[in-house]
Amino acid sequence: MTTTEIMTLKTEPFVLNFGPVHPSTHGVYRMRTTLDGEVVIDLEPVVGYLHRGIEKLTEERTYGGIIPLTDRLDYISPMSNNLAYCLAVEKLAGIKIPERAEYIRVIMAELQRLANHCIAVGSFLNDAGAYFTPFMYTFRERERIVDLFEMVCGQRLTYNYMRIGGVSQDIPEEFLPALNKLLDRLAVFIEEYETLLKENEILLARSKGVGILERDIAIACGMSGPVARASGIKRDLRKDDPYSIYDRFEFDIATCENGDCYDRYRVRIEEMRQSLCILRQAVKDIPGGPVKADVPHLIRPPAGEAYGHLEAPKGELGFYIVSDNSIAPYRCHIRPTSLINLGALRDMVKGWKVADLIIIFGSIDITMGEVDR
Amino acid sequence: MTVALSGKDIAARVEEKLPGSLEDSGDDYLLVKADSLVAVAEFLKNTESLNFDYFNFVTAVDYYSYFEVVYRLESVEHNHSIVIKTRCYDRDNPAVPSLAGLWQGANFQEREVYDLMGIKFEGHPNLKRMFLWDGFEGHPLRKDWNK
Repeated sequence: MTTTEIMTLKTEPFVLNFGPVHPSTHGVYRMRTTLDGEVVIDLEPVVGYLHRGIEKLTEERTYGGIIPLTDRLDYISPMSNNLAYCLAVEKLAGIKIPERAEYIRVIMAELQRLANHCIAVGSFLNDAGAYFTPFMYTFRERERIVDLFEMVCGQRLTYNYMRIGGVSQDIPEEFLPALNKLLDRLAVFIEEYETLLKENEILLARSKGVGILERDIAIACGMSGPVARASGIKRDLRKDDPYSIYDRFEFDIATCENGDCYDRYRVRIEEMRQSLCILRQAVKDIPGGPVKADVPHLIRPPAGEAYGHLEAPKGELGFYIVSDNSIAPYRCHIRPTSLINLGALRDMVKGWKVADLIIIFGSIDITMGEVDR
Repeated sequence: MTVALSGKDIAARVEEKLPGSLEDSGDDYLLVKADSLVAVAEFLKNTESLNFDYFNFVTAVDYYSYFEVVYRLESVEHNHSIVIKTRCYDRDNPAVPSLAGLWQGANFQEREVYDLMGIKFEGHPNLKRMFLWDGFEGHPLRKDWNK
């Protein structure tokens, strides 16, 4: 064929499935994309492959027995899930928790944020084409954080550490020295990592200006967490609606203005620095004393409802619990950060090529366990 | 601190603008009649001093004699929140108007409520099951499901 003949060839959009089992989809997520050549013109998310009916299961369990279920929501950051659930129940039942437990909870939540962002940043770079080298570096550091979690609760993935009214057990003696050592190590690691990547030409070319999420779309979709903050929304529940004892710590909210993939990456790196800053303050001030309030094993919160939420590593995670004064919740709804953050994916990928679709999706940082529940 | 606005205060303002649209109000919620839900939501979103631009979540609770659909709205600018509720008494064919036209964030979540609780959101652009497959029988979060 001559060039003119090729130019006048008729083309048609076609549908391409990504997933549910595909290395780029971070779990069992399916994207039904409509492509015009290599350009994405439409995207429809198909979810539910990991639906376990967790909200229904909560209605059959005691309040304390639900904590292990929350581990299985966002399994990258179970500590935050545990905490969000406990905050909601404590609000509902009006339980006050001891000082030391508050500090331990903050330490765990911030360590969890570091561990989550290690995976988020690593897998984002993986999607950007830096195949597994940066991922291995971040995984190495996450491993050390997980070692600390293992020290306090014996688990490495599903921690089940928080309790209604505190935490399950006190931190062992060797925990704080080990944490101090790790904080020094992580501070060096983040700077080293940044040196390698911050101005890396390939990363800039792949992510700067790609997959822009406009501020007003982000608000309309109810986006939260680093994704929203990268689009210039200065919303962080640790500052805006301080829970636990976050009002005692000094730290900044990391924000960027452009809302592209690169900004989302930058916000996460900056948040890791801020987490280190909070951890240093918490380690310095942690008091002695009990780690669990005197709460019976079977609690019966007064009839009513409460919504408890927190700033999980991926965004706002909340539990809306309705009680009928029995030992199990009448209804427990989970506000799923990951599902809601997917709401803008279609707007973000329209007009970008398939290779960009992968990196844009990767930059949102979702966990299917939380999307499907 | 996110201020949970008093339901009573907001109710007075809504009543002034849209008389007869509310069923009830409490310290922390508004109970809206289903047929005026969109009008009230528009009022909450577009009034400058309220400016509820952030759709936090929607869910539903089955109380046997009625379904209660619960919305939580927030304002990013003013950092305040409100819970609005609406009830459907028709158990066989519960329906409320969709708010997906006002807040894009309601789209997926309304589909989820439809899937698991079986409440139809009228005017939703793409109301089909979210998690379960099309042939699935019933709506599992209903209290009488599988009983």
